[in-house]
Amino acid sequence: MRHSTFFWFVLPTASAMVLFIAFPIISVLLQSVHAPHPAVLVEVETCTPLVGCTVETTMDQDATKAIREAEPLGRFIGLEIFFDRGHLAVKEVGEIIRNSNSFNEAFSKLSNLPFYRALAFTLTFTFIVTPFVIIFGFLIAITVNAISSHLKGLVIFFSLLPFVVTQLIGALVLFWMIDSRGILGSAAQWLASDPNLSLKASTGVMWVSLIIYGIWHAAPFAFVIFYAGLQTLPQDQIEAAKIDGASRYQQTKYIIIPHLFPLITFVALIQLMDNFRVFEPIVGFNASAHAQSLSWFIFNDLGGETRQLSSAAASSVLTIIGVSILLFPVLFRTWRDFRERT
Amino acid sequence: MAIKLEKRPTSLKLLIYAFIVIWLIVAAFPFIWTVWGSFKVELDFFSISDWTNALTGERTKAEYGRPFTTTGYEGAWIENHFWRNSINTFIICFFVVCTSLTIGTLGGYALSRSSYQYTFWLLVIALIFRAMPPITLVAGYMLPFFEWNIWGILPTTIVVLVAINQPFTLWMLHSFFQNIPKELDESAKVDGCTQFEAFRFVIIPAMWPGVITTGLFSFLLAYNDFAVTSMLLAENNRTMVPAIAAFLGTTYTEGNIMFAVAAVVSTTIPLFLLVMFFQKQIVSGLTAGAVKG
Repeated sequence: MRHSTFFWFVLPTASAMVLFIAFPIISVLLQSVHAPHPAVLVEVETCTPLVGCTVETTMDQDATKAIREAEPLGRFIGLEIFFDRGHLAVKEVGEIIRNSNSFNEAFSKLSNLPFYRALAFTLTFTFIVTPFVIIFGFLIAITVNAISSHLKGLVIFFSLLPFVVTQLIGALVLFWMIDSRGILGSAAQWLASDPNLSLKASTGVMWVSLIIYGIWHAAPFAFVIFYAGLQTLPQDQIEAAKIDGASRYQQTKYIIIPHLFPLITFVALIQLMDNFRVFEPIVGFNASAHAQSLSWFIFNDLGGETRQLSSAAASSVLTIIGVSILLFPVLFRTWRDFRERT
Repeated sequence: MAIKLEKRPTSLKLLIYAFIVIWLIVAAFPFIWTVWGSFKVELDFFSISDWTNALTGERTKAEYGRPFTTTGYEGAWIENHFWRNSINTFIICFFVVCTSLTIGTLGGYALSRSSYQYTFWLLVIALIFRAMPPITLVAGYMLPFFEWNIWGILPTTIVVLVAINQPFTLWMLHSFFQNIPKELDESAKVDGCTQFEAFRFVIIPAMWPGVITTGLFSFLLAYNDFAVTSMLLAENNRTMVPAIAAFLGTTYTEGNIMFAVAAVVSTTIPLFLLVMFFQKQIVSGLTAGAVKG
């Protein structure tokens, strides 16, 4: 295909991506180093006979409006927002490191800072959910592959539901069941004979529930991918292994898993990206008192009466840096493969 | 396959079926439970005293004389105007699917037919864009959208969702187009077609399976979105998912949580039907991306 033809074919999609993905990233970068203009204050001296003069400070509405309209981005403040208490909290972290006696103490103090708390949950969620999704997806795939074929369609239908249904809705459906008044919540209270056991009261229980939700939601995705991979298993290799007396375990370990390995990397990559943006379940579980993620952190700044755009922008920049670090090994490998091929 | 089944020891077969049954319960029971419970009153759905009430609907009977009631649905659809949200959702989904398929097929086709190195880099850039959490992009939209006074309306959200969809759409269509032999459009070009005519008359008729599958995923992305729609739409333009989130805020305090339950069930039904009719396409779409990776 000639360059010019290629250009015209790609133009609409490329311009959509540049305008609404690349530019917003730049816009976020710019916003994160600016803060809204403070109100312009004027001192007005009012003098009344006999009483004397008083000086009042009032906001100059027109001047404030004028300067805010002239520079909608606000004033340049450099990296101030990044280092403040709501984000990297450089000063607080320094104090914590200087004043803490043990690693544990420092860690628990760090987790009181909002950004680090959100980061801790996001990373925990990402790195626990991803491997479990792969393991469960694999188990479901090999068992579904083993059942009789006229049951498969039905099983696949029900298996797809947790993945296809809106994340917020899936989270709500589970939440209403594990809520202390829901069926699973009251069953858990009964089993533990602890009438006060409640999702809302315990950070630990909340984290575990969110992680279970994450696995429940994404396991079908891994299942479908692995199941498709199992359909293309090299049958001759399996036959040969059987003749050589390989057990089921050995067949799985030496033939099936190596055959699925590219798919496992694919699922891991997609899951790392998707779990890092975990957000809807926190809204659905009403979990923000116990667990916040980076995405929720941004959402919270953006919403509400006071839209704190600069703060949200700074958190977004930090999140984008996090995504880049996660993605770097994959991109590096792709680049190396590409270099070797050409 | 049948021979292999016979060879499995009974204990292993039992284990397999037990696992499948447990998985099916885990996957489907929450939905069945919620659909059933949505026709009850709140005290039955959240039955603290006796969990069997949720099945039999004792309180619902006491209140309405029969074990099922549609008050939740009436409250959501009529009292809280959920129908408006559903219309918004379908407007957004329709335009998002049409636009992203149109520009996505053009781009995906070109990427699959060009042999220059830049196609590789374009796909890698699309992958990087795919990794960006949508909410970080939303943070970038807010200020310019407020400045230009286009915040809160449906067209803005449609364009944003199309753009956010593009990386995924491109990857998927690219891998579908690679499976359509190049000889097809090359022979058309030998016969005197331009590249666009070859695309229009030779490729489009052959590409429907891939396009339908990609369209399904675009639909799901637009239908299921929460981060973008909840931030970019004004209250009277809300789609169903952010409307449910808004219900939660008010209903937990007002005590009509059943409205939210009914809204949740109503929103899930189209998805149920979608999976039922397009199961094959969804499975093939999920795997199309994986085969390449």
